[in-house]
Amino acid sequence: MKRVLLSAASVAALAAPALAQVSDDRVRIGILNDQSGVYADFGGQYSYQAALMAVEDFGGTVLDAPIDVVTADHQNKPDIASNIARQWYDTEQVDTIMELTASSVALAVQALSREAGKITITTGAATTELTGAQCSPLGFHWAYDTHALAVGTGGALVEQGGDTWYFLTADYAFGYSLEENTGAYVQQAGGQVLGSVRHPLATTDYSSFLLQAQASGAKVIGLANAGMDTQNAIKQASEFGIVQGGQRLAALLFTLAEVHGLGLEAAQGLTLTESFYWNRNEESAEFGRRFLERTGMMPNMVHAGTYSAVLAYLRAIEAAGTDEAEAVAAKLHELPVNDVFAQDARVAPNGRLISDVYLLEVKAPGESDVEWDYFNVLATIPGDQAYIDPAESGCSLVTN
Amino acid sequence: MTTLFGVPVQALLGQLLVGLINGSFYALLSLGLAVIFGLLRVINFAHGAQYMLGAFVALLLATKAGIGYWFALLLAPLIVGGFGALVERTMLSRLYKLDHLYGLLFTFGLALTIEGTFRYFFGASGQPYAAPPALQGAVNLGFMFLPIYRGWVVIASLAVCIGVWLLIERTKLGSYLRAATENPVLVQSFGINVPLLLTLTYGLGAALAALAGVLAAPVYQVSPLMGSNLIIIVFAVVVVGGMGSILGAIVTGYMLGVAEGMTKVFYPEASNIVIFVIMAIVLILRPAGLFGKDA
Repeated sequence: MKRVLLSAASVAALAAPALAQVSDDRVRIGILNDQSGVYADFGGQYSYQAALMAVEDFGGTVLDAPIDVVTADHQNKPDIASNIARQWYDTEQVDTIMELTASSVALAVQALSREAGKITITTGAATTELTGAQCSPLGFHWAYDTHALAVGTGGALVEQGGDTWYFLTADYAFGYSLEENTGAYVQQAGGQVLGSVRHPLATTDYSSFLLQAQASGAKVIGLANAGMDTQNAIKQASEFGIVQGGQRLAALLFTLAEVHGLGLEAAQGLTLTESFYWNRNEESAEFGRRFLERTGMMPNMVHAGTYSAVLAYLRAIEAAGTDEAEAVAAKLHELPVNDVFAQDARVAPNGRLISDVYLLEVKAPGESDVEWDYFNVLATIPGDQAYIDPAESGCSLVTN
Repeated sequence: MTTLFGVPVQALLGQLLVGLINGSFYALLSLGLAVIFGLLRVINFAHGAQYMLGAFVALLLATKAGIGYWFALLLAPLIVGGFGALVERTMLSRLYKLDHLYGLLFTFGLALTIEGTFRYFFGASGQPYAAPPALQGAVNLGFMFLPIYRGWVVIASLAVCIGVWLLIERTKLGSYLRAATENPVLVQSFGINVPLLLTLTYGLGAALAALAGVLAAPVYQVSPLMGSNLIIIVFAVVVVGGMGSILGAIVTGYMLGVAEGMTKVFYPEASNIVIFVIMAIVLILRPAGLFGKDA
C-alpha cells in the first residue's frame, strides 16, 4: 500500500507542472500568411523570421516549456487558411495563430479560433472589423488598421488641400474597409469623394482604372490596395502623366518593403503611414540591422508588429502562469506593451493595440545616404487619435 | 459631351486604346503558345515563367552588365530561347512519345521551379526597370494621354506577330515545320532533321515569351510572379482563338484585350473573369475555337 501511494505521489509530482501550466508541454505559435503571392514581402517568410527572433529574444522557453513556431502559406484564400487553422488546432497542438495577412483570411480565422477557444493576434491584415462588429474576446489586432491609415495618410493630404478624392479599390474586404474609413475621414474634414472603381486582387494592368481616375478630376487618387497592386498602380500612374497633370497619389497601405521594390525614383514624395520605421531611433535601428542581417530585408510594421505580438503573448503566458487561452487573453488585455515596436502601448477592450503610428514621406534618391534609409518622419500620431475609440468601434465586448 | 451608355465617348476611345495595348501583350504571348502547341502538341505551362525570365534577363543585363533596353530586346530572347532549346533537347523531347499530359505536367513543374527560385533570390515585390530615354514621356491625343512607350509596344508586337505568321505560313522553313508536324516520319525520310526543327520551334516560342517579357518590363513591376498572373488569361486567349491556330491567337489576343478594357469601364469587378466567360461561350458554340479547324 505504501508503495502504491508513493508511486502515485511521484507520478502526480511529475505531472503537476505540466497540468497546471502549459498544455502538451510546449507552446506552439503558428504564423499563417501569404508566402508566395502579392503580399509575400509585406509579411511572408519575414514575419516567420520575426516570430523566431522574438522567441529567441525571450529565451526559448516559457514556464519551463519549450516554444516553437510553425508557419504555412494560405495563398490569400480564406478556405485554405481555415483548413490549415483547423488542422493546426486539432492535430498539431498549435496554441495561437498570428500574422494573418489579408483581411478576408483574418476575419475567417479569428472567428474559427474563437470557437476553438484559441487566441489570434493579427498583424498583417487591416480591416477594423476585426475589433469592430466581428470582434472576439480571444482576438487581438496589432500593428495597424484601415482607420489608422485613413487618419495618417488621408488626414495629411486633406490638410495639404487635397479635398476631392477618387478611389482605386481592391475588390475585397480590406479594400472596402480602407476606402470607407478614408472616405469618411475625408468628408469629416470637409472634403468630397467623387467616386471609386474596384479592381480584382492581383490585377497587372491599371491603365483603364487610372484613366477613369484621371477623368474624374479629383485632386487625390486614393490607392485602397496593397502590395504589388499598389506598386504597379504607382508605376503606371507615372506613365500616364497623372502626377504631372496635377493629381496626387495617396498610397493608403504602403510599407518599406514595397518602397524598396518600387525604388526611390518612382516612390519619392509619396506620403504613407506605418506604425514602425527602423531608422527612427537607436533601439529601432539596432533591431532593424539585426533583422536585416538575418533575412536580407529591413523590417516594416508587419514584421516588427509580429515580433511584438509574439513577445506580448509569451509575456502574458508568463504572467498568467498558464497557456490556457482565456487566462492569457486576460493578461494580454491587462499588461502594457513595451518593446522595440510599441512604447507604453495598451490593449483596448475590443482587442485593438493602441500604439503610435507615424506619418512618413519617401525620400528622393539623393537624400537617402544609408541603404534602406527611405523615409522622413513627418509626424507621430498618438494611438488614441489613430485608432477608433473602442466605445464607438461597434464591438459588443466594450461596456461603458 | 456626347456619351454612350452614360460614359463619355472620349473616355471610351481612351479605354479602347488601352485595351489594344493590353491586347498586344496577350497576342504576343499567345502567339508563342500557339506556335509551340501547333507544331509540338505541347501545352507549354512554362510560358509565363519564360516571359518572366525575359524581363529578369533584361533587368540583370542592365544592373550587372550595364546593357541597355535595345540590346536587351535582342539578347534576352536569344538567351531565354537558348535555354528553352536546351530544356527541349535534354528533357521535353523525351516526353513526345507519351500522353500530352506529361508535357503539360513537366512544363508546369518547370514553371513552379523557375518562379520559386527567382522568388527566393529576388523576393516577391520585384524590382523596377526604366523605359529607354527615347521612349519616355507621353503625347496628348486630345482624348487621352498616350505614354510613348505603350504606343511602341503596340507597334513592336504587331510587327513581330506579322513576322512570325509570315515565317510559318509563307517561308520554306515554315513549310518544313508544318510538314514535320503533319507527318514527321515522311519529312525525316526526305533528309530533314525533324528533332532539330522541333528544338528550334520550342526555342522560338520561348524567345517570343521572353521578348514580351522585355517589352513588359518598363510597364509592370519586374517580379517573379508577373508570369503566373498572366498565363491563365493567355491560355484562355489560345483556346478562344483555336488551339494551335497562329492567326487565331493573334487576332483573339487583340480582341480580348479590348473586351477586357471595355469591361473595366462598365463593370470593373468582372474584368478578371470576362475573358473566361467569353471562353465558355465560344467553347459551347464552337468547340474548336474561333479560328480552329473542326477536328
